[in-house]
Order: sequence, then structure tokens, then C-alpha cells
Amino acid sequence: MVDKAPVIEVRTSPHVRHTPTVDQIMRNVVYALLPVCAFAVYLFGISAIALILASVLACVGTEQLFCRLSNKPSTVGDFSAVISGILLALTLPPGFPLWMAALAGFVGIALAKVMFGGIGLNVFNPALVGRAFVQAAFPVAITTWTPARAPGRFWEFIPSTWTFPFALPTPVGQWVKDMAVDGFTGATPLALSKLGNGVVPHFATDTGNLFMGITAGSAGETSAILILVCGAYLAVRRMMDWRIPAAVILGTYLTAEIFHLMDPSTYPSPMFMILAGGLMLGAVFMASDMVASPVTPVGVWVYGILIGFLTVIIRLFGSLSEGVMYAILFGNAASPLISAMTQPRVYGTSRKKKARA
Amino acid sequence: MGLMRLIGQGKATFTHGIHPPEYKEVTGAKDIRRLHFAPEMVLPLSQHFGKPSIPIVHEGQEVVRGEPIAKADGFMSVPLHAPATGVIKRIGLMPTARGPKAEAITLKLHAGASQDILYDMQQDVDGMTPEQIVKAVQDTGMVGLGGASFPTHVKMTVPAGQKVDTVMVNGCECEPYLTTDHRVMLEYSMDLFAGIRVAMKAVGAERAIIGIEDNKPDAIRELRKACPGDGSVTVGVMKTKYPQGAEKMMIKALLGREVPSGGYPSAVGVSVYNVATLAQLGSLLPDGRGLIERVVTIAGPGIEHPGNYLAALGTPLRFVLQQLGFEGDAKQLILGGPMMGVSVSSLDVPVTKGVSGILVLTEEEKAANVPKQVWPCIKCARCVQACPIHLNPSELGMLAAKRKYDVMEEQFHLNDCFECGCCTYVCPSAIPLVQYFRIAKAINRENKERAA
Repeated sequence: MVDKAPVIEVRTSPHVRHTPTVDQIMRNVVYALLPVCAFAVYLFGISAIALILASVLACVGTEQLFCRLSNKPSTVGDFSAVISGILLALTLPPGFPLWMAALAGFVGIALAKVMFGGIGLNVFNPALVGRAFVQAAFPVAITTWTPARAPGRFWEFIPSTWTFPFALPTPVGQWVKDMAVDGFTGATPLALSKLGNGVVPHFATDTGNLFMGITAGSAGETSAILILVCGAYLAVRRMMDWRIPAAVILGTYLTAEIFHLMDPSTYPSPMFMILAGGLMLGAVFMASDMVASPVTPVGVWVYGILIGFLTVIIRLFGSLSEGVMYAILFGNAASPLISAMTQPRVYGTSRKKKARA
Repeated sequence: MGLMRLIGQGKATFTHGIHPPEYKEVTGAKDIRRLHFAPEMVLPLSQHFGKPSIPIVHEGQEVVRGEPIAKADGFMSVPLHAPATGVIKRIGLMPTARGPKAEAITLKLHAGASQDILYDMQQDVDGMTPEQIVKAVQDTGMVGLGGASFPTHVKMTVPAGQKVDTVMVNGCECEPYLTTDHRVMLEYSMDLFAGIRVAMKAVGAERAIIGIEDNKPDAIRELRKACPGDGSVTVGVMKTKYPQGAEKMMIKALLGREVPSGGYPSAVGVSVYNVATLAQLGSLLPDGRGLIERVVTIAGPGIEHPGNYLAALGTPLRFVLQQLGFEGDAKQLILGGPMMGVSVSSLDVPVTKGVSGILVLTEEEKAANVPKQVWPCIKCARCVQACPIHLNPSELGMLAAKRKYDVMEEQFHLNDCFECGCCTYVCPSAIPLVQYFRIAKAINRENKERAA
């Protein structure tokens, strides 16, 4: 009885913990993105699969390479590079040349993540930095759209997919013509709305189609409803802050509504703004990136609304038809400042007193 | 979080906080039982917040149960009483829960003694003035039995210029596993009301509120029945949430008042006591006795006979484990609850005044609760949404990693952190945030002392 003394260990409190770990959260984000990927494949066929694989492999490979070079344990297991790869692919046109996608992945991870010190320390969303790079480097390829649900898409690659590295992409005009999709102009609904001033009415695209996602556009940024459902899964599991997408959508709605009220014939309706283009994907999966968004309760609303506002301004007045990417990158840049300016009021202190001191 | 708050409306609570699993079922339903006397008791001279007591016995001296063996060193100190009849074996350094050895009195029991309390003095509590009550409370050696061990008579002394209108009685017991307060409320309710009357008189309050979390419906029912008809004592029901039992959180929940940063509850007219403290006072004061035993929850998966036990102060953990039996793979011994308790390194550590629980955790708990890897902060803001004081633990943690301890204190309210552990509990990166903050506070304290 006396001799049976236990071997005890000493640790600091709290002695119980209950929380998903970083890799579990990241893995769940990947799960939430899989249906979006599947829908992209359904819409655009085998080229979308190739695009997603190329992008993910490039991102994971880059992270692994830099871990090896700096003699650090591999951080690939936390799944965050996989998320960057999937998100990057989903923001690219489905027929985007694979070598360009791989280059975008490399630039995104190397420049925006590894150089800042890896997971948790990046200022910008790596996927969006990669995309911003190819937007600047390959302006034609990134605005070459192909129709959704083209016949024979599952077994036939979009010709531009297998462009030889550093060669110009194969034009897809003839291929699209051969598909004989009626009325396809090679433009996304947003681009249409932009050209729309006088030529084609901006409401050419039915918002119902936008909601379901059966339109031309980047691989994964088309179905608003699917993205919302996948985001809700993360929000319910508390692996994503629901306030950020809500704030982005609110910001977009308010800004678009103001312009729409001023002149409904020039400026598209707020619903169109919310459902078209990459806004939904950006709001739910990219703006909500924990690392690059503020941590304070007030800050997340400021951040989200700012992104929504910038998106609408760029879309309406910029030379690009889509503004979500730059809006989120601006939001990322502002987030440390927003965090600093919206520190929560600590129990037992008053804001006024602090200002006086 | 926002939705949860909407659904849960109607019951008093504070914002933020966490919901750890409770593990209270096993011990909460069992009556309090007395633990055997250990053959040797160890009584550290510093079992309370403040100056250590001064021994008034010498080695080899015979003492009877309840006799004072150490006196208070000034106002911010309390005396110590013999928990059993026996002989003083040694006065010297012994292991403590906090780590370094400290002065303690070792008492060897007379095996044949009946262990009756032979040392007491009847006194008329109702006829005492507030000053006399404070003196009498100090003489009992009473400290906060909830865990903080702050001398009770100091709390009962209202600082000049302040007025206390409410005595708040803390029956929240928000730490998982612990059920001592629950059992005390059920089994010693008459003593508790006697203690509440004493506290109200000492601080000059017109009313008292007993705060209980809604996971203890039987205690709420029993105490409501026992409340006096004049409405001076009421029961306030609060949502079950950690750390509801922290006095700042309780005051916010029941009265909507906020204790100013760096101040005491008396600054907002409140004086807070644990239920166990007042129940003990209610029974000790009329007989003029000292604090010599307390109720302790002894639980955890590693213990064979979990329950609430009335243990003599000074009982070594080794004896407790021998009496109640432990599983072979016991891995960790915790004094207090699993959120704020101290992990002990020696089985010779005794039960002291502030020990509300002894938990024995096994290898299995360790596997479930000790993270295998620490990641960098991913700024998920879970800690910001958990901190009951509304600090920014994420920012504080990053500053701590850079050793900017002064910035933590000056700009991010480090000293308002009361180390509840919510931030660490929810951190997906498994960053030991509370430990960082403890270190930061200690270093700031040292730097200030060096500067002074």
C-alpha cells in the first residue's frame, strides 16, 4: 500500500484543453473547399482538375522546398499550403495554362508566406498574392474565359491548359466556337456589366443563374449558394469567423446600393454585385483568412466593410472588371492598423480615461 | 458566440468565457465524509496571502486540537491552529505546492487521542461591534477558502471613504470537477446564513446575494427556502460558464457593476466571500474556535473513491492517496481545479487552507489535454473571444515572445489578467499564453523592485 507511489509530472495550468488544433482547422477548411472544387469540375471539366492539382502541388512543393532549404521541420502537414493552392486555382480562369498556375503558386507561397516567416506571420493572403502576380504578368491569359457546361468538357482539355512553359497560350476562340454555345461572348457577367454602358444592358445575366453559378468565370467563383453552404459548415464548427463574410457582403451591399439609387441605368444592383464574380468566394474563404484579418471584435466589421466598399469602387471605376482580389489585399494591409485602433475595452477601464491619460 | 448569447438570455452572466466539461456528477451527489487523521501533519506557516504566521510553540511541545500554534504577524496575516492533538515534531523547511520549500510546523499525532476539540471559548457574536467581529475573524485564522487564501478579516475591513452596500456570497464553483461549495451549500446551510449575517454586519451592508450557477438546481432550491423572510438575503442564479466564480465576473453578472482596473470590489460597494468561508465562520465564531479543517473535493479518473471529504489541514497528499486509493497510471496531481490549480511535484505537500480540490489525472487525460505541438499564433481570435476581461491575449502573447513585458503592462493591461486560463484552453496553436503572462508579470514585478 505504501510503496505504490505514482510517478507524477508537473505542468502549468490550465490542465484541461478543448479546442481543434491548427492542422484540424486547416483540414476542415480543405473539406469545406472540396464541394466548391467539385462544382468547378462539373462546370469546366478535366481542365479544372488539372488546374487545381497544378496549383496545390506548386504551393505544397514550394513550402516543402523552403523548409528543406532553411533546415526547418516540414510545415506541410498543417494543410495551410493546400488551402492556398486550392484557393488560388479557384480564382483562375478554368483554361489557365498550368505552368502559369504553378508559377503563381510558387510566387504566392514564396513571396507572401515563407519570406514573412511561414504560417501565422504572413501579412497578405498567399493565394491572392500569387493571383495578383499573374494578373500583372499574364493579363491576357487571366481574362480568357470559357463557357460553363460546355459539351464534352470532361474528356477534352481546354486547349490553353497545356501551354508549353514560357510560350504564349493557345488561343481558345476557335475551340469555343466549335463548342457552339449560343450567345457566349467570352466575357464574364461582371465584364458584361462594365461594357454594358450603352452596349449590352448590365442585367444581361440573370441573378438566379449567378446564385446557382452557371455562368462563365473563374474556376470556383461562380456558385454563390454552394460557397455559402460550405462557409456555413465552417462557421457552425467555429473554424471561420462568420462576421467577416457578413461584413464584406454588408459593405458591398451598402456601397452598391448608394450608387444604384443614384443612377440605376448605369450602376448594377447590389444583388448583382454580391452574387457576381469572386465576391462570395473572396468574402467566405479569403477575407476570412484568420492570419491576415484583424482579431478584435470591432475590427473584423471595419475590415469586412472596407473590403466590400473597395470591391465596389474598383469594379465600378477601375480598369479591371473584378476588384475583390485587390480589395482583400488592401484589407490585409490595413488589418494590423485596424486591430491596433479597435482594441477592446478592458473590464474595469473606461475609454475616456485612457484618452485623457 | 452572438447567437449563443441570444439563446441564453434571461440568466445573469458576463460576456465571453468558456464552457469546459464539468465532471461534477460523481462527487456532487455524495455526502461529505470525514477523512482519517494522518499520523503526521505538516502546517506551512504561509497558507495565506500576506505575511507568514509566527510560531508560538517549540519542538517537543504537546498541543491539543484547536490550540493556536502560530500567531498573526501584523494585520495582513492570520494565526494557525493545531489540527489534531499531538506533539510538535519539528519546525523547519518542508515542500510546498508552489515549489520552493517553506517554513512549516510538523505535528506528530498521539495515536490514542480522541481528537475532540478541547480548546474553545464561547462568545456572543450578535452583540459584537464590526471592529470586534474583524478581530474575532482574524483570530479564527480564516482566509478565502475558494482558493485565493486572502485573509477574510482584511476583506471585512472596508477602506475609509468607501461604502459597501452588498455582500456577495460566491457559490458558483465554476471549476470543473470541484463540488465542495455545492455540498457545503446543501449540508451546512444554517452555518452559511449565520456567516452571512456576520459578514453583513462587519461591512455594514443591507443586503446579501448568494450567487449560484444554474447547474446546481438543488442548492438554489434549498437556499431559497432557507432565505430569511425580510428579503435581506436573496439567491442570484447565473449561467453555468467558466470563470463565473471570479469575483469580477460575478459582480458584473449580478449587479452590472465593474470593479475598476487595479481596485478591489469594495470600490463599487461590494464585498465577496466564498460560501465555504462563511459557512465555516458561522460555525467557528460562536465557539471562538480556529480553522483546522476544510471540505476538499478529491476526484479525477486516477482516484478510486472520489468524493468530498472533510480533511484536517496539514494532511499530506501521500496519506490522502493511500486512504482513497489511486489507479496505477496516475500521472498528475493538481491542487485546486483543472483550470487554475497547481500541479504538485511532491507527495509530501499537505492540504492547506486554500486547497479546494485534489485531482488525480491519468495518462489518458494527459494524452487528451497536452498538445503534441505548438504552432505560431494564427490570429484566429478565439482567445480574444474567450477572455472574460476583454484583453487581447493574442497580441499579449506575441509581445511576450518578443519579451516586451513593459509594453504588455503599459498598453495592453497585463495586470488585469487574473490567469483564469480561458485563452490557453481555446488556443488552437497550443501556445501556453497564461504561463507567458505569469512570467511577464513576475519579471515586471522584479524589475520594479530592483528600481525601487
